[in-house]
Amino acid sequence: MNSTRTLELTVGIFIAIGIAALFFLAMHVSNLSQLSQTTGYQVTARFDNIGSLKVRAPVSMAGVRVGRVAAINYDQTHYQAIVTLQIDTAYNRIPTDTFANIFTAGLLGEQYIGLDPGSSEDYLAAGSQIEHTQSALVLEQLIGQFLFNKAGEATTP
Amino acid sequence: MINRFIHLGHAGLSTIASLGRASLLLFAIIAGGLTLFIRPRLLIAQLFNIGVLSLLIVAVSGLFVGMVLGLQGFTILSQFGAAQSLGVMVAASLVRELGPVVTALLVAGRAGSALTAEIGLMKSTEQLAALELMAVDPIQRILTPRFFAGVLAMPLLAALFSAVGIMGGYLVGVGLLGVDDGAFWSQMQDKIDFYDDIINGVIKSIVFGWVVTWIALFNGYDAIPTAAGVSRATTRGVVTAALAVLGLDFILTALMFG
Repeated sequence: MNSTRTLELTVGIFIAIGIAALFFLAMHVSNLSQLSQTTGYQVTARFDNIGSLKVRAPVSMAGVRVGRVAAINYDQTHYQAIVTLQIDTAYNRIPTDTFANIFTAGLLGEQYIGLDPGSSEDYLAAGSQIEHTQSALVLEQLIGQFLFNKAGEATTP
Repeated sequence: MINRFIHLGHAGLSTIASLGRASLLLFAIIAGGLTLFIRPRLLIAQLFNIGVLSLLIVAVSGLFVGMVLGLQGFTILSQFGAAQSLGVMVAASLVRELGPVVTALLVAGRAGSALTAEIGLMKSTEQLAALELMAVDPIQRILTPRFFAGVLAMPLLAALFSAVGIMGGYLVGVGLLGVDDGAFWSQMQDKIDFYDDIINGVIKSIVFGWVVTWIALFNGYDAIPTAAGVSRATTRGVVTAALAVLGLDFILTALMFG
């Protein structure tokens, strides 16, 4: 009787340890704790070119993360990318004439959206659209432009 | 010349025949699964044998694997000035690959070999035949609880391996080498996806638990009932299980992350 109890006790402890390990992996190691933060409102922004922006990329204001990219779609009529931003509820005073830029973290880092606040008295609400956007810098285009300018300089004199 | 073909044909046919016997055994084991609801104590005893007794070796191996990953990862990542990403590297490699695979190999060596030897010895000392004589189905009574205990215990052990490994990587990376504490965890949480990485790792370890216990049980049940036969079956069981785990890992990785 006693040995059965010890057996069941150790097996119970084993299962508890296993589930605790899974819980640790889910909550502390993976992004599950961040996924559950779905509270917030969604605004959209149209970009001519989003570069390599990915879903779940951070949206930051003055360097502080205020939200995430929730979805990226393509508009076939205007040939533009529609990026849906999920902004946390706490940040509800973002002016409507805010400027949305796509920046790169570091030289080779991932791309994120930086918001530059405007001066409007009206604030963004769920479903509103950010009008002023600037596309991602594509390295090939930059180099191409640079070479084009260089070629122009060389021929003028 | 003809003899070579005869040998080849014989080997091929016996491989196919043993695959068939293994599949039949698996069906019989799963068909007997209902007994576990009537007699859960059988399952608990086997969970003790496979799970609890493997706990220590899995935890210690996980700790050391994580610590080695921390050291090696730091040396390589610091060359690129990316030592902050150490947490991502340690966690991703543990959760996706090393956790399920190394746990499966450890369990195949520690618990799988014991299962094969136990079943083989039961067969050679005619205990299985005695059960049958008493109108007790030996597959249902002996093999089914062991199989399901293996399938249940493997994901728990693999999760423990990964969790302890990440703690080991944290100890070496943050404690010893001075990687930033916040960057270690925040980059890890940023890059490790719950469904893509953790759930896929759990699925992998369930598949490995299934395969490892199945191979171990089949080799024991199919052993030639002599001392030499049981020893050969044990060796073959461990070797086959290890190869099957590594081969399946490639296929699963290609399907999940490919």
